[in-house]
Amino acid sequence: MHNYLEFEKPISDLEGKIHELKKLGEEDESVDTADEIARLEARARDAMADIYAKLTPWQKTQVARHPARPHFLDYAKTLFTEFTPLAGDRKFSEDAAIQAGLARFRGTPVALIGQEKGHDTKSRIRHNFGSAKPEGYRKAIRVMEMADRFGMPIVTLIDTAGAYPGVGAEERGQAEAIARSTEMCLKVKVPIISVIIGEGGSGGAIAIATGNRVYMLEHSIYSVISPEGAASILWRDSTKAKDAATSMRITAEDLKDLGIIDGIIPEPVGGAHREPAQAMAATGSVIADALQDLSALDGAALVKDRREKYLAIGRQQH
Amino acid sequence: MNWITNYVRPKINSMFGRREVAENLWIKCPETGEMVFHKDLESNQWVIPSSGYHMKISAKARLGYFFDDGAYELIPAPKVPQDPLKFRDTKKYVDRLREHRAKTELDDAIVAGIGKVSGIETVACVHDFNFIAGSLGVAAGEAIIAAFETAVKRHCPLVMFPASGGARMQEGILSLMQLPRTTVAVEMLKEAGLPYIVVLTNPTTGGVSASYAMLGDVHLAEPGAEIGFAGRRVILQTIREQLPEGFQTSEYLLEHGMVDMVTHRHDIPSTVGRLLRMMLNQPALEKPQASATGNGITLNGTGGSDPIVQILDDPGTRAKPPLVDARREATPAAN
Repeated sequence: MHNYLEFEKPISDLEGKIHELKKLGEEDESVDTADEIARLEARARDAMADIYAKLTPWQKTQVARHPARPHFLDYAKTLFTEFTPLAGDRKFSEDAAIQAGLARFRGTPVALIGQEKGHDTKSRIRHNFGSAKPEGYRKAIRVMEMADRFGMPIVTLIDTAGAYPGVGAEERGQAEAIARSTEMCLKVKVPIISVIIGEGGSGGAIAIATGNRVYMLEHSIYSVISPEGAASILWRDSTKAKDAATSMRITAEDLKDLGIIDGIIPEPVGGAHREPAQAMAATGSVIADALQDLSALDGAALVKDRREKYLAIGRQQH
Repeated sequence: MNWITNYVRPKINSMFGRREVAENLWIKCPETGEMVFHKDLESNQWVIPSSGYHMKISAKARLGYFFDDGAYELIPAPKVPQDPLKFRDTKKYVDRLREHRAKTELDDAIVAGIGKVSGIETVACVHDFNFIAGSLGVAAGEAIIAAFETAVKRHCPLVMFPASGGARMQEGILSLMQLPRTTVAVEMLKEAGLPYIVVLTNPTTGGVSASYAMLGDVHLAEPGAEIGFAGRRVILQTIREQLPEGFQTSEYLLEHGMVDMVTHRHDIPSTVGRLLRMMLNQPALEKPQASATGNGITLNGTGGSDPIVQILDDPGTRAKPPLVDARREATPAAN
């Protein structure tokens, strides 16, 4: 059974009825439920298509955070082979909120970096819900540096509510770690492809999302602050998160319009969590095309491409 | 009448919600509660003389204190599209911008200038906290990039004075994009082999600390400044326990290896000047440079022996520096 979101009530009602009818049909073979089930299934499909065709930014926020949405490690398993995670920043500790290592993408060695949120209580705690500390960013820097040395393209998958706000993280220079990680993204002479797969939360996201090409999944969000955070700071009312989500323009479509991302990766009807394999396959082909496009550029051209890309943001009129 | 009455005083009044009391303006030290006469404060670069508390100052006052003789030329900020998101919270963002422009007489939060520091041509880029908490949006980002480009073109170092709550939330994702954009600018300066010095002032937090403010070759910090990534309130909500004493202050960052030194406001120009002259392989100044006075005394390093210079440079016996408006008159290029 699905974990339904609040706005999916029409779908959950229909699917509930279908479930009951199926049970009824199994219990009493004299009742013909096939036609009714087919009719309800069609209605459920239509309702899903309708609802998902016009999700509000706040609804997208909930889809982007859906616990069953494919996370970093799902992508690592599905789109990559031989993923070999590396651990530690060689300075202080390991931070499992950021996963970074070597892998093959369709045979080609790449560096794969991203935040993992975890899928149950135990793994969520282990990965600190995808909120990295300075060690995580410093590990990312270390792996990017290595990729640069060995001429391996870098793929980053972003899924974080933001960098971790804690005493230890501040003590060890969270701000500096994020700044250096962004700086490293801009420095490397290999292609960087970044995909926002769920939440792109502020500095904690941009630190590993400063790529030559940046894509967002259709129902992912990317924002300078969470809608809840904006509501409490700007509206001084945390119940205004819905309004904040709309005003801040955090959806893939908004970011495409603002000229910040290069493309939107379509999700299956009902969101990536309903058909993870399909969502990940679509992501894989976008990564493949982007790597193909960038393969013609040498190191200097890649650095120039990134600089020009970021300098141009906000300059063009929309 | 002059800068003090038209600019500084209304600003102080708005800061303290105080009505104008003609020639009798007393300011309370936020640390000790001591009442200080405004003229004593002005003449001490807005550092409370007894407690050493560093008050926030405007970007233009900062530039005046920083450059030799208080002389500098403004670097024009590029025009940018207004209110790209058509944003509205409790107030329309365009109205907020209009109010802050009227209040500060600035276009946005960044003021950049070029002048000399210990005789070295230098670009300084300063946040004005009074402009929407010195926050970083498209306009500020462009102004910062223009300042770095000027430094690269003139082949001179850049000194950054952040004073900012972080990203300008009313510009949403476009404000976040200023992190990589300004980092590109820092990279261009470093690639040109030019020094980049950051002087962290109160406060430096959020997206500003997580980008150009933490990428300097050398980091100075004014005493007692709040410096960090996440806000105290957010951290308290996360950890639900007491914060360590002095958490996220300049001194705390010094102890934790994030800044190189905590430097009194009066000593910033001479310290930066000394560093820049070494980094650029220039000979040491024969006479110590006075710390940002611009009171008409020639302090360009070529003058003869002048005991006043030494007295001014000694914090223990520092003579009463001149009034701010005297400096203003010595700054024809300003404004």
